[in-house]
Amino acid sequence: MSVISIAAKRGLSLKIIRPWCNLLTNSASSTRVTCLWSSTKPAHVPADLVDKLERLALVDFRTKQGLACLEKAIRFADQLHVVDTSGVEPMDSVLEDRALNLRGDAVVEGDCAEELLQLSKNTVEEYFVAPPGNIPLPTREERTAMLKHSEF
Amino acid sequence: MCSFCNHTSTCEGFNSLIVPYKLAPQQLVGVVGLEIHAQINSNTKLFSGSSVRFSAPPNSLVSFFDASLPGTLPVLNKRCVEAAVMTGLALNCSINRKSLFDRKHYFYADLPSGYQITQQRQPIAVDGTLTYSLLGGKKRSQVIRKTVNIKQIQLEQDSGKSLHDDLRSQTLIDLNRAGVGLMELVMEPDMSCGEEAAAAVRELQLILQALGTCQGNMSEGQMRVDANVSVHKPGEPLGIRAEVKNINSVRCLARAIDYEIQRQIEVLQRGQTVQNETRAYDSKSGETIPMRDKEGLQDYRFMPEPNLPPLIVYEDNASLPTGIDARQAVVVQKIREGLPELPGVKRDRLVQTYGILPEHSFTLVNEDGLVEYFEAVLKVTKKEPRKVIGWVTNELLGHLKEKDMSVSHSPISPSALAELLELQETGHISSSAAKQVFQEMWRSPGKPASQIIQEQDLGLVSDAARLHSICQKVVDSHPNEVHAIRNGNKKVLNKLMGLVQKETKGRADPVLVMAILQEKTS
Repeated sequence: MSVISIAAKRGLSLKIIRPWCNLLTNSASSTRVTCLWSSTKPAHVPADLVDKLERLALVDFRTKQGLACLEKAIRFADQLHVVDTSGVEPMDSVLEDRALNLRGDAVVEGDCAEELLQLSKNTVEEYFVAPPGNIPLPTREERTAMLKHSEF
Repeated sequence: MCSFCNHTSTCEGFNSLIVPYKLAPQQLVGVVGLEIHAQINSNTKLFSGSSVRFSAPPNSLVSFFDASLPGTLPVLNKRCVEAAVMTGLALNCSINRKSLFDRKHYFYADLPSGYQITQQRQPIAVDGTLTYSLLGGKKRSQVIRKTVNIKQIQLEQDSGKSLHDDLRSQTLIDLNRAGVGLMELVMEPDMSCGEEAAAAVRELQLILQALGTCQGNMSEGQMRVDANVSVHKPGEPLGIRAEVKNINSVRCLARAIDYEIQRQIEVLQRGQTVQNETRAYDSKSGETIPMRDKEGLQDYRFMPEPNLPPLIVYEDNASLPTGIDARQAVVVQKIREGLPELPGVKRDRLVQTYGILPEHSFTLVNEDGLVEYFEAVLKVTKKEPRKVIGWVTNELLGHLKEKDMSVSHSPISPSALAELLELQETGHISSSAAKQVFQEMWRSPGKPASQIIQEQDLGLVSDAARLHSICQKVVDSHPNEVHAIRNGNKKVLNKLMGLVQKETKGRADPVLVMAILQEKTS
């Protein structure tokens, strides 16, 4: 989810409106619908932004194809701006009509340290073991070298 | 005048001033905004039913949701919502009928899910005020009231704890704290120095403790304070701010902020610019040190929490939708009615009930258990509260502070102090002798005042004959003074009185002595 929303946020804000269905009509009446995609400008994502996106989302765009895919995705999302949403309240959760269930303050779970620790390869005296800090993502060049022989 | 906040000589900053060679320090003032994370005092965590306790075996208070195992979902704890509403009401906030939950993403080993559920867009309470008091003025006896605006109060999850093992180059993770409910209080940058921030935080601690929503113990991590500090010339736009973390007590808070303000002023005086960075406070050296090496600003990729519908709280029973289960409804009116007595109200009540001064009331409420001690003494003695308060706020508190002890560990019990005061009130000892007895009682806990008076012969000497002979001796050996008194300088009588007291080791009844001396020198 994240990549599109960050990229879209860079220049433009992402708004989801309802109802969606009005935009997407079925192919039978496709003659009435113009391809909105083409009415959006081609997106160019600067190299340092791509780098930042890769580090934040831990996604690798690597090839030109990957970047092209990203740019297409941004253009796809940009379609939303073609629609006039002035005066319409944004919907940010499909659960907005549901009541939020509240729980009573009684202890009903926990006390399963053994079970949880078994999930981890590396533990020390009932603690999980992690590296001393976040391992920084290798630079673009290093990544390319590491993944040179990968089929992806 | 304090260079940081233009208060008259009450700030520590005033004494640690370094004279600059470029900008005059009076031009730059500090701007302080606090972010406080208060752990909610509840039995279970914010979104799961695992227990909240201070010390427990590592990872024993962790549910599958807290460990972020796939397939688990958050379920909101009603007590946490009520705690946030209660705190919001106590701080004069508007409670949002509808508030929303969001995800704040960042990677760290103690955050197993990779995001924290918080309330960034629409928190539960907004626009409040915290009123606090400082003791200022020349003798620090004037109560100065100040307010700081509270931008918002939001509910969010706490992260787990990381223990750094530098020897083996690894970090040990304990998730007991992961998922515990926090109230984040964001304050506007309305303060200007460490002393103000410390007083505001102390007042907040007292309020939260009175409400029972947070135990407020900073050393145990129940309340964490981060300070955003910047400097600017008054009237000009705010300067670049630095965030100061790792503050473990109210005293450290004041020192850290004052150090940071001073550091930033010096940076600007050297012609450099202040970096927007996070700095850690080192209590040993009293300095702030750069903490994180930030590659530009962090991007938290906020998004609505898809698993939680909006949180609705209801104003009163009338606005409840039909058919709703009472256990599912948080009613603001009910919480408002159930609010306990807040510290500010308590202080005013003490002033009204006992006729003591506001600054005494301030000192009483500020110290844990002191109000109870004071009231216990009053129960036993017939002495006026105004005469008792001095003993409690000066003698008792002074000794406690010197030994860094709490009221509950006082070697002198309320009844023992009351006994001493009764003896003074009924004329058995003078007030200076009473102070001596107090010292002795402190050194020998449990020994009653009457016993000490007997052992050290501190009882008031009222034997008229004896006093007459001592006074005569003093009068005879000081003819110059007697001459001055006879010529109209009555103040010299005090000098003679002092000499008599020296002779009797302070045990002479001052009223009698004065009468005798006046008679002899007339």
